[in-house]
Amino acid sequence: MRHTISILLANEAGELSRIVGLFSARGYNIETLSVGKTQDPKWSKATIVTDGDDATVEQIVKQCSRLARVKDVRLVTTQPHIEREMALIDVSVSAGAERQEVMNLVKIFRAKVVDISHDKMVLEASGTRDKVDTFIEMLKPLAVNEVTRSGSVAINRLSSLESFRSDTKAEAVAA
Amino acid sequence: MAFQHFRDSMNQSAVIAEPAVALNTLAQSSETPALSCRGAEILIRGLIANGVDTIFGLPGGAVLHIYDELWRYRNDITHYLVRHEQGAVHAAEGYARATGKVGVALVTSGPGATNAVTGIATAYMDSIPLVVITGQVPTGLIGTDAFQEVDTFGITLPVVKHSYLVRKAEDLEDIINEAFFIASSGKPGPVVIDIPKDVTAQITEYRGGTDGFAEYHEYHSEPDRPVVEAVVRKILAAKQPVFYVGGGVVSSGASDELISLVEKLNIPVTPTLMGLGGFPSAHTNSLGMLGMHGTYASNLAVAESDLLIAVGVRFDDRVTGKLNTFAPNAEVIHIDIDASNMGKLRKPQIPVVSDAATALAAINTSLESESLDTERLATWWQKIREWQAAVPLGCSGSEDEIDPQCLIETLHEVTEGDAVIVTDVGQHQMWAAQFYPFKRSRQCLTSGGLGTMGFGLPAAMGARIALPDQMVVAVVGDGGFQMTNQEIITAIQYNVPLKVVIMNNGYLGMVRQWQEMFYDRTYSEVDLSVSPDFVKLAEAYGAKGLRATKPSELRSVLKEGLEYDGVAIMDIVVKKEENVFPIVPAGGESRNMILK
Repeated sequence: MRHTISILLANEAGELSRIVGLFSARGYNIETLSVGKTQDPKWSKATIVTDGDDATVEQIVKQCSRLARVKDVRLVTTQPHIEREMALIDVSVSAGAERQEVMNLVKIFRAKVVDISHDKMVLEASGTRDKVDTFIEMLKPLAVNEVTRSGSVAINRLSSLESFRSDTKAEAVAA
Repeated sequence: MAFQHFRDSMNQSAVIAEPAVALNTLAQSSETPALSCRGAEILIRGLIANGVDTIFGLPGGAVLHIYDELWRYRNDITHYLVRHEQGAVHAAEGYARATGKVGVALVTSGPGATNAVTGIATAYMDSIPLVVITGQVPTGLIGTDAFQEVDTFGITLPVVKHSYLVRKAEDLEDIINEAFFIASSGKPGPVVIDIPKDVTAQITEYRGGTDGFAEYHEYHSEPDRPVVEAVVRKILAAKQPVFYVGGGVVSSGASDELISLVEKLNIPVTPTLMGLGGFPSAHTNSLGMLGMHGTYASNLAVAESDLLIAVGVRFDDRVTGKLNTFAPNAEVIHIDIDASNMGKLRKPQIPVVSDAATALAAINTSLESESLDTERLATWWQKIREWQAAVPLGCSGSEDEIDPQCLIETLHEVTEGDAVIVTDVGQHQMWAAQFYPFKRSRQCLTSGGLGTMGFGLPAAMGARIALPDQMVVAVVGDGGFQMTNQEIITAIQYNVPLKVVIMNNGYLGMVRQWQEMFYDRTYSEVDLSVSPDFVKLAEAYGAKGLRATKPSELRSVLKEGLEYDGVAIMDIVVKKEENVFPIVPAGGESRNMILK
């Protein structure tokens, strides 16, 4: 199953390799990875999408939590969350009907044209993974020259944050 | 690195032993209390501030400034010059395992660091607190394939609790202090500090003290009240409970709490290899070690148990055998400081993420008000006593050859059960675990997780240095002995009365046993009958060399070697093809033991 893990780690050299190392040491593939500074430049947020059964992912979360420079690890997929990807797509488009068709797709998917020449366009699409997938699929009958996709970034829905934290404790007491 | 420091550095640095030069600096700088020193001196002062008086190491180009400074501080820190960096880390481990203090090793860049990796990994697997300082090429040369350059940070990444590549001398003091905190707090482990040569030469301020770093983790080691109550209810309801206790009991100092809890509840206890000594082996409630070479009673008790109280353990494959048949009918209470051990291999009914000593103390307190019927587990105990009587551990006692098991039993008698036993890895390790009843925590030092041959001799040296008033005996095989015996000369040089008992069967014995049992006696590359004369080897080092080949010589050779005032190497030639029993074949069901 696909899981999205959100990790708050120190913005220091080598810290990301520790996390990536936890995955490779156990033979788990990272599907997407995106990292950036948070509002406090001492900390970075990494969003990792991985494929694995629940037990595997639980282990990854716990092992990441153990690292000295990791402040918080969340399995965002267990809670209501917002997840977005972005893609930059280079397509060959001739002027006229073909360009019109692309413009329609851009409108439907709320994408953007970010560069244009006589016979090409660069499009920017963002949204859920499915949406970006579908957009690229729809463009395929035209000549898609290059696709560059970002990793996912995710954040929990405002309503879910409180309940998330108390979960593990409740489980222990119930047992 | 952004650290906050609030301190009165004048007061802090006054605590530290000052060499003459530094004292002058201090006297002159009454307005700015911090001292100016080069990185190397900051490192040494940082070590002293963190209570270090002993380090193990071997110099090289990248650590020359550090060694230069170390020489000036030689009255504060004793440096033991090992002959191979693996020996340095194992000695530091032995020191740490014997005392619970952080062990320190210092090695140079490149091959110095790679030679240290085996020791670092050994400490990582057994959660041993270490700070390993590695030299690195100057920052300007990093990444240029410079002479003796290796990516130490990268190479050690999977086997450290934490690591640093120090980029400037100003960071060094906080890093050292934090390294000692990380190595020894929570679940202990090795920390590597990789220091480029130019950083050790840079001049900067030294403030003194041991704080100044941000704590990233808080260790919530107190279990919640309702969890403790749930644990107590489960324990009192169990009909066939067993305590399964490991290295966490030793490292958290939970032994007394465990003994008092066990005696209150009258529940049987089985320790792992790493847990040996955490509960006295000779206690009437102890069933002996469990697992691959565990006792018949231990493995059966676990297999039949309805409640497993797992304390400071991680359900290692050498303990569980085939996982889904391990304690198949038991509910599990898992007490461990490492949350990632919860459910890693076996999902507990009650996970208790806590320091073992704290958790057991809380359970003890909570049980104070209970009045317990001492006979409530009588049927369970009756079963266990039958298993113990059916298959006891024993040695046959042959006339003309020394039984390896008898060697351990005799060693136990000669040392009156008080010696700290440091083992290597293999058959002798299992026999030591089975036949030397350990009385206390930190009496059995062994490489459990990584199973590092060559660990025993240097680790025993480190342990003996840490325990100048105690008898420390390395029990090693003839294979492992030859992996690190160069450290005999280190023991000679520093007058460390190291005692080494070589259980010499002329084989890589454990591999030979597996080849005998599981590979049709195809003895592929295990024959060590071509070995040096260990007695002459000992003498070449300036140590006392002794040999016993007959049972009649055993006791007197052990006595003579142990009583000798200096390093003694005892070559005990034992039966060549003896096997360790019981044995649960790897991945097998732990109740299906091969008994002979």
